[in-house]
Order: sequence, then structure tokens, then C-alpha cells
Amino acid sequence: MNVGLEHYLVVSVLLFCLGLLGVIVRRNLLIIYMSLELMLNAANLALVAFSRFNNNLDGQVFVFFSITVAAAEVSVGLALIVALYRKRRTAHVEDLTTMKL
Amino acid sequence: MQDALFYVFAFLTLVFGFLVIANPFSRNPVTSAMFLVLTIVSLAGLFVLLHAFFLAAVQVLVYAGAVMVLFLFVIMLLDLKAEERRKIKVLGLVGGLVSVGTILIIFLSSLLNAPLGAAESPVLDGGTVRLGRLLFTEYLLPFEIVSVLLLVAMVGVVLLSKKDLK
Repeated sequence: MNVGLEHYLVVSVLLFCLGLLGVIVRRNLLIIYMSLELMLNAANLALVAFSRFNNNLDGQVFVFFSITVAAAEVSVGLALIVALYRKRRTAHVEDLTTMKL
Repeated sequence: MQDALFYVFAFLTLVFGFLVIANPFSRNPVTSAMFLVLTIVSLAGLFVLLHAFFLAAVQVLVYAGAVMVLFLFVIMLLDLKAEERRKIKVLGLVGGLVSVGTILIIFLSSLLNAPLGAAESPVLDGGTVRLGRLLFTEYLLPFEIVSVLLLVAMVGVVLLSKKDLK
């Protein structure tokens, strides 16, 4: 059976679900952040597959932009985590419940 | 040949992705970061199979290089020990699995019923020349805006890393 668009989309969906599961289940801020990266990469894979199988290069340009934005997002997010760690000495979401009653 | 490579890279991507979020052998964030590097490299292999050569190179350079080095630096800076095993809340685990499984079913059923409109024989080639030409003609304005975005992110990070954060 020839590998087509569906195969790539299934891989992308599974990778996205793995990332989502990591965000929900894990309790370490850094690992939650890595799971976010997994989800972004799954979306990128779907975009590249669509662009290839529809003979349209716009999808790849979009992936280029999304990689750039992800790099900026990672730098800001990690700076926030470092600032939070300096104040609270923890990177564990269950210890960061200041707004909880 | 290409089909076999697709299955190899897809399998590697999913296995490494699973090891990022749930490694049975180690709770150390560094091993998760290393498996994330491997996931990204096998995704770059999938990009090569999709003839997106430029994006595969960018994926390895920017993600596996820059972003992951940033992650490792922060892990080093925070000096996280391998976290002690906390009691995993069963309710949270079950809730997460159920919700993610539901979303997976929704995705797959919509995928089965979607008119994908895929070309039978794809001829697209994502080489650097075509992508660069598109980027500097049709997408010139977003390209410039992204450069401003990077500058803003840099200023923000410098501000956030100051010692006395107001």
C-alpha cells in the first residue's frame, strides 16, 4: 500500500495526542513545555504533508513562520520559568497554586 | 524503499515522543530533553521524505540545535534533581487519558470522512530556491514582521532575566 497523505496525518494526530497527554498528566513545568513543543511539531508535520500532496508551497512557508514563532515563544517561556523558579524555588505545578483558594 | 523509510521514521517519532512524556527508566528532565531531540531529528527525516529539504535542515538547526540547547541550559540553571516520585493522582491520569482518547477518536473519524483532495502523484519540491523566492516576494511583509517579533522576544527575555524583577 502506497504511503499517502492519510498516513502522515495519522502520525501527526498521534504525535499531537501524545503532546496533549504530556501537558495534562505530567507535573513538571519543563516537561509540560517540551510536550507543547511536541504538539507544535505535530501541526508542522500536518502542514508539510498537506503542502506536498496538494502541490502548494504555501504550507511550507507557514511552517517556516511557525518554527520562528516557536523559537521566540520558547525563549520567553523559559525566561518566565527561570524567573518563577527564582522567586518560588520550585518547578512543580502543584506547588504553584497561589490563586487557588 | 520510501514507504519502508516512512514507517521507520514514523515509528521512531512516536516511540521517542512517548519516551519524552513518560520514561519508565528515568524521571530526569535531561533524558526527556534528549528524547525530544531524537523526536525532532526523526521528524526531520519525515520532512525529507516529503521533499521539504529546506525545512528539514531548519528543523535540525533551529529545533534540535538552538531550542534544545536553550532547554538544557535552563535545566542546568535550575539544577533540578531527578524529581522524587510523587504519588500520581489516579483521577487526573484517568481524566487525561479519557479526554485525550476522545479527542483522538474525533480526529481520526473526521480524518476518515474528510475529502482530502490529495494529488495522486505529488510533484512538489520544497527546495531552497523556490521557498526563498516565495518568502521574499509574496510573503515579504510577514517575513519582516517576524523579524520584529524576534527582536521583541529578545528584549522581553532580557527584561525578564533581570535580577530584581518588579
